[in-house]
Amino acid sequence: MATEKTRVLGHAVERLEDPPLVTGRGRYAGDINFPHQLHMRILRSPHAHARIKAIDTSAAEALPGVFAVWTSEDIAELGPVDFRADRASEILKPYRQPVLAKGRVRYVGDPVAAVFADDAYLAEDAAELIVVEYEELPVITRADQDPGEFDTGFGTEAALLTHTFGEVDAAFAKAHKVIELDLLTGRHSGVPLETRGAIGRYDAARDVLELHGAAKVPHRNKDTLVGMLGLQPNQIHVHESHVGGGFGIRGELYPEDVLVLVAAKRLGRPVKWIEDRMEHLMCANQGREQRHLARVAVDETGRILAMDDEIFHDQGAYVRTHGSNVANRTMCMLTGLYDVPAFRAVAHFRLTNKTPCATYRAPGRFESTYVREQLVDAIAAELDLDRITVRRQNLIPEDAFPYVLAFDEPHVGNLEFDSGKYELLMDKALEAFGWDAAQEDLARRRAAGEMVGTGIGLFLEEGGRGPSDGAIISVDAKGGIEVVTGGASLGQGFETAMAQLCAEGLGVDYKKIRVVHGQTDRIPYGIGAHATRATVLTGGAVYQTALTLRAKALDMAAELLQTPAEALDIVDGVVQKRNDPAGPTMTLGDIAKRLAPGSKALGGRAPGLWAEDFFNPTETVFPYGVHLAQVRVDPGTGGITVERFMVAYDVGRAVNPAMVEGQLVGGCLQGLGGALYEEFAYDEDGQPLAVTFADYLLPTMGDAPAIECLITEDAPSPLNPLGMKSAGEGGINGVGAAIAGAVNDAIGIPGAVARLPITPQRLRTILRAAQQN
Amino acid sequence: MSAKRNITLNLNGRDHAVSVEPRRTLADAIRDDCGLTGTHLGCEHGICGTCTVLLDGEPVRSCLMFAVQAQGKAIRTVEGLAEGDDLHPLQESFMKHHALQCGYCTPGFLVLAAGILEKDPDIGDDALAEALSANLCRCTGYANILKAVRAAAQEMRRR
Repeated sequence: MATEKTRVLGHAVERLEDPPLVTGRGRYAGDINFPHQLHMRILRSPHAHARIKAIDTSAAEALPGVFAVWTSEDIAELGPVDFRADRASEILKPYRQPVLAKGRVRYVGDPVAAVFADDAYLAEDAAELIVVEYEELPVITRADQDPGEFDTGFGTEAALLTHTFGEVDAAFAKAHKVIELDLLTGRHSGVPLETRGAIGRYDAARDVLELHGAAKVPHRNKDTLVGMLGLQPNQIHVHESHVGGGFGIRGELYPEDVLVLVAAKRLGRPVKWIEDRMEHLMCANQGREQRHLARVAVDETGRILAMDDEIFHDQGAYVRTHGSNVANRTMCMLTGLYDVPAFRAVAHFRLTNKTPCATYRAPGRFESTYVREQLVDAIAAELDLDRITVRRQNLIPEDAFPYVLAFDEPHVGNLEFDSGKYELLMDKALEAFGWDAAQEDLARRRAAGEMVGTGIGLFLEEGGRGPSDGAIISVDAKGGIEVVTGGASLGQGFETAMAQLCAEGLGVDYKKIRVVHGQTDRIPYGIGAHATRATVLTGGAVYQTALTLRAKALDMAAELLQTPAEALDIVDGVVQKRNDPAGPTMTLGDIAKRLAPGSKALGGRAPGLWAEDFFNPTETVFPYGVHLAQVRVDPGTGGITVERFMVAYDVGRAVNPAMVEGQLVGGCLQGLGGALYEEFAYDEDGQPLAVTFADYLLPTMGDAPAIECLITEDAPSPLNPLGMKSAGEGGINGVGAAIAGAVNDAIGIPGAVARLPITPQRLRTILRAAQQN
Repeated sequence: MSAKRNITLNLNGRDHAVSVEPRRTLADAIRDDCGLTGTHLGCEHGICGTCTVLLDGEPVRSCLMFAVQAQGKAIRTVEGLAEGDDLHPLQESFMKHHALQCGYCTPGFLVLAAGILEKDPDIGDDALAEALSANLCRCTGYANILKAVRAAAQEMRRR
């Protein structure tokens, strides 16, 4: 292993990614150009639901510099954007999105035609010259209104999904109290600062189609494209460069990705498409919009006997790459950290005439935590118990792990929680926050007329799901190290984390490691970066491969240094004797030379100092956390000031604590956006009302409270050698819950906040109604 | 569309002779005509500040200006912050304090902060936070950006 000097696992080292990024030498999608490229512009539907009666592209085609204009007829052979291979669901297939609308548009922003021109400005001019005749159709804007017809024979309720276990009806029948809430989570999304982009290029000399500007899941998108375009896997490659934020929504396969590829091949020129911000706010995946009719049955002590939830999930206009995943994750994570004996969730998975939805950071979990924690607060209020006490007595105890949630539905996989010390973390968080002192302080302030309160959200996360990921690590003759992964970097510090894990396993300086990701021509398999997988799964593969390579290097060194391998160590890339570090040594570069093909030292060994290995975890890791919030409400304006916010999180083992903190704190602020400011509102005709940053309000530095962060390693995962859990999504998970609880506490009305985001207008309405009563 | 005009843009002390339509934004001219792609576009409507450059020392949003309006001005972009291999204190501080994740907003914040600190090296914490609220970041939660700029301000005063 490395010396203490260079041993960096668990240390907040500087990131390998940063030097190009702070000097303006990054390479994002917009920075990628190829000679003779065409620029693509999409003409989009101005209607939420309409029949296309006619499209006249002649004026656009006549514009000098326009190379081609396509409608759906030009790509009639192309099927809709497919689900990822592992999410195929036959009943949802009729709801997939065509690459260009066929006869009907279903949301404002639906792609209708594509212009290819020499210049991006010109392409936009040409798109304005396309004349489309529409016949408007009735619009569905809410998932809780009566379903309609999606297409002949297919209703807008695409699926009715259920998750159940235990004797729910019996539990409700014998309950001391049944508490019911009607809750809404508003539609919002990741909104990365870089909009989407895709550059297609066909290299006829090699017969390879290339997609640049990819993110998140390059290998899986390649697989999908192979199927959609009828290619051999070696005829298409997907390339990730720098990515300006992902948050789950960027990097999924969208119609524009498919279009630039088909056009690049057919038109014989590279095709570049860069989304503008208005397009992004109308077309990129949105999320979160659900209505929950939730009930909980309790005994006299506040112990939960059963939970029951009817969910109306607004999927938007089409079912995109994830199928019904978000609705399913909402249901299976609803009981959270609590030991709930009986459970039933029913989700109406419904199409509406709004932008399609899919996964946004902590998909289904932000929503379900909001609902669950509101229910628990309501139990406390109804039974006149302390909020913390109710939580404490319902938590899954430490000795219950592994704790299994076994659902009745045969197609729903069990969840097996690997490890947790939930009460310990809650207590640590309360102490760090000074919860009890805060209650006394706030009581004094309330007595003096202020509206102030605290809220708590306990949340469960999941990550590192398998089944498998691999890595290839090689050492060159000069001792340079390359780690090739099928992971992806969305800005989370992927390269640094992988280098730290390789450095730990191999015994080298992490700064000398080059990490490759998101290149399908460098490694045949890759899981990408989604569902908080990268550090645990790909990192697990890198660590395992580094150990395999270490053994290979030491095997050669043992012969050359005439010392048994177990008596050797690798420190900073130099093999030395454990009991005689000042004695004879060899660098890894020297060993690589001795292992070169044809080397006399090879003996029976395979040539090359490189290794490939895989990490195949059988189960998911379940990190968990606590959000605590303190807010002040201005009764005059309904404005909410977040005075304090804390995230406490057990990450099992932190590879780089500064990066973990960065994920958590950044996630918290993003969550505050969804709890207080951000909403994709639509009018009754399905027209989007938030298509600029003047309407869709991202939190600014001025809105951001100082977010306190407590990272613990009390419950390492038994599922991987280093005990790692994952950190990508915990920051956002319980924010809506904690803020809603704090506002309810501040205004002194339990359960008052029934809808996120809690805008000043909505809060004023609540306060006025309370005054009138 | 209208006829292109020949203009000269002075970027980081170097003249670039370019031929642009009058409607071409300064941001597009900097990126695509002059090849300095460190200036990023986040919204193209003047809110996110990702495209911030210094125009005669003043932070401006290059998506809201036409290139022809910048003729004769000294334009400074993120590429003009370092002197050779010597990074600007702000660049070093951003790395040290983990003030970036995806890095997309970073050039805009660096240039904005440079403009603020060069004008008012002793700016107070509240005024600094208020001025930096002009730009958006979606990854970091801002705390480390503020920390990094404060530390760089100290370092710049020390030098």
